[in-house]
Amino acid sequence: MIRRALVLTLLFTASALAQFGGELRFCLRADPKTFDPLMVDDDNSEAVRYLTNGVLLRVNRVTQEFTPELATSWKVDQQGRRITFQLRHDVTFSDGTPFSSADVAYTFTRLMDPKLHSPEADPFRSSSDVPQVTTPAPDKVSITFGAPVSGVERLFDGVAILSARSPKAVLGPFLVADYKPGVEVLLARNPRYWKTDAAGRRLPYLDKIHLQIQGNRDIELVKFRRGEIDLINSLDAEVFDQLAHQAPTSVADAGPSLESEMMWFNQAAKAPLAEYKKAWFASQQFRRAISEAIHREDIARIVYKGHARPSAGPISSANKFWVNTSLEPHPYNVASATHRLEQEGFVRRHGVLYDREGHAVEFSLVTNAGNRSREQMAAMIQQDLAAIGIRMTIATLDFPSLIERMTQTYQYDACLLGLTNVDLDPSAQMNVWLSSASNHQWNPSEPAPATAWEGEIDRLMRAQASETSAAKRKQLFDRVQQIVWDEEPFLYLVDKNSLMALSPVLHNVAPSAIQPRAYWNIEMLRKSTESSGVR
Amino acid sequence: MKRYRTTAWIVLAVILVLSLAASFVPGWSYKEQHREFINASPSLHFLLGTDALGRDRLARLVCATRISLLLAAAAAMGALILAAIVGGMAGYLGGGFDRATVRAIDLMLSLPWLFLLIAARALLPLDASPETSLLVTYFLLALLGWAAPARVVRAGVRGFRQSDFVLQARALGCPETRVLVRHILPNLRPILLAQFWTSIPIFILAEANLGFLGLSASEPFPTWGNLLRDLQSPLMVRPEAFAPVAAVVLAVLCFKFITPWGGSQV
Repeated sequence: MIRRALVLTLLFTASALAQFGGELRFCLRADPKTFDPLMVDDDNSEAVRYLTNGVLLRVNRVTQEFTPELATSWKVDQQGRRITFQLRHDVTFSDGTPFSSADVAYTFTRLMDPKLHSPEADPFRSSSDVPQVTTPAPDKVSITFGAPVSGVERLFDGVAILSARSPKAVLGPFLVADYKPGVEVLLARNPRYWKTDAAGRRLPYLDKIHLQIQGNRDIELVKFRRGEIDLINSLDAEVFDQLAHQAPTSVADAGPSLESEMMWFNQAAKAPLAEYKKAWFASQQFRRAISEAIHREDIARIVYKGHARPSAGPISSANKFWVNTSLEPHPYNVASATHRLEQEGFVRRHGVLYDREGHAVEFSLVTNAGNRSREQMAAMIQQDLAAIGIRMTIATLDFPSLIERMTQTYQYDACLLGLTNVDLDPSAQMNVWLSSASNHQWNPSEPAPATAWEGEIDRLMRAQASETSAAKRKQLFDRVQQIVWDEEPFLYLVDKNSLMALSPVLHNVAPSAIQPRAYWNIEMLRKSTESSGVR
Repeated sequence: MKRYRTTAWIVLAVILVLSLAASFVPGWSYKEQHREFINASPSLHFLLGTDALGRDRLARLVCATRISLLLAAAAAMGALILAAIVGGMAGYLGGGFDRATVRAIDLMLSLPWLFLLIAARALLPLDASPETSLLVTYFLLALLGWAAPARVVRAGVRGFRQSDFVLQARALGCPETRVLVRHILPNLRPILLAQFWTSIPIFILAEANLGFLGLSASEPFPTWGNLLRDLQSPLMVRPEAFAPVAAVVLAVLCFKFITPWGGSQV
């Protein structure tokens, strides 16, 4: 009896120990540009920041709700002008020094230093006043802004807390152990990480993370197939399907992501286009007709192999709170498209569509060269529009030339590109929706709203940005989405799914549509020789 | 060697005739998207299967063959005419013009032509039709491809300039233009022919490079280069997608065998 108990105890201990250890390996597309967590503005640096730094609160990538991290609670008051954090006790940095409100104050003061030019600081600058940080107690910190900052909590998801004493100490689950430029970044387990699992054991489970720097996606795929890396965070639909066919346990489709594909017509007042073309593109009926003539379901099925769905607007269904669920994608309806064009005075003769002045309807669609999915989408749109008598030519340009045309010369008719929302909150899209914004792509930097509906969007976006009630903000932004659906300055085509490759030996993975998709719960990931089964 | 040459001629002729005849087959379209049959395997209906958009691979290959063979030959002819004029004048006139031409040829040959082509292609208006983009691509190839044959032509003309029959014609009071056109040019025929047959495969491969980079004819026109783009993800390729590779290799080999490498003939 005693022997059996002993054996069982040993087995239990061995199984518990087996959960710890191991090295997670995956690829970064390029060298991180910086290891300073406040200066991150590229995906590769962001990956290192996410894995090595601690934040006050985190947006749970699956539920999309705020979860406490280094702060146990927080409170927003003074109508969004002040946020107060209650900090966690008994937390130490990787060098053993204790974490306190002084570190938060130091971090925020450094973040807001105008000389630093931190990309993370801009959303906090609601007014010209410098935010005031006070530390009433070692476990309490308050930050007061000059003007209300809408959805201020979410901004702290991206603010890595630094040590006021040691620049190298971190609060995240891993720390940078070695970096060989162009080759690899090695992360080692932070033995003083504050989180524990349900059994009270200190996390993370993994010992190391080996980030291999590899820009070639084909080589990355070969490495995954050989078992040399454990995950690929983003896959093309074609590769995904092939991997799924060969090894169904090695892929995961986390559903709609925050990435969508869209096209728009150039409505810039200073664009060197013929007046009749400007008139077409400014016509809501023309844009709606084009939209209805495009078979979005075919695009999702053929180009994205079913790993995408027709898009209804600027917010994909992946954004659970902010999406306007009353909007449906514009249906494929050639009859309706033809009717709209006829209402606008367009006529079809011998298979060619002419406007009321007798100009044949022809325009070009530009997109970036080398993107197979976009080129295929463009070819499908070309055939769809040919069915209503429109001749569309496709021009693929290298990215710098495309950007130059979009932002400086405005020499293009229509453009097909993708949109990636990294932030769930609509305030992050102010630079797109305000008519004065430079990223207001269909007509950038308008001195005054060119149309009444653009004026209304301006008003609604400003109103939601100064509103603190989430429900009221949602109401205002729902209206923006409705206007965009009606007017279609952007023709949203498809929302792409979040596709990834995950080795079956990885456990506790909770694939998410939001970055960093596969490893957002890195402290909980573990490796074992057993397969985790079909995901 | 003659047997290979004859076989190459026959193969090329058959390919060209079939590709031309195919354009008269009603309802056989290289651009129609059969969206219910994407990436279909070879079948009786689609002998080479379909591509990612459901387009008939064979119809596209046949159309691409017609375009690539005819336009590469036209571009080679254009380049050769330029080369004959520039190289011939340089070789015949000599002096400062010859020196300037040699420098220009050296300069042209040292230029990274692929980047030049890419830059020149980017200058095309965006609303250029697929047909225009295709013609411009080959026109640019012709415009940039004159230097190598011009050097050979110049060397040939310089050789003939000192030859007995040219001296004799001059001694008889023959005008310079007549000497050039009636006495030298006919003797250049073997050189020009060799250069012509050599240039065609070069232009075919140049277009294949451009097309592979997405800088040849725009959609929906197929060229060999455009079709090769299906091979950009080598891990995803289906066997029938290699058909354009076979076509390019076959055509280039045929042109190599046809080329009259007849130094003795010159």
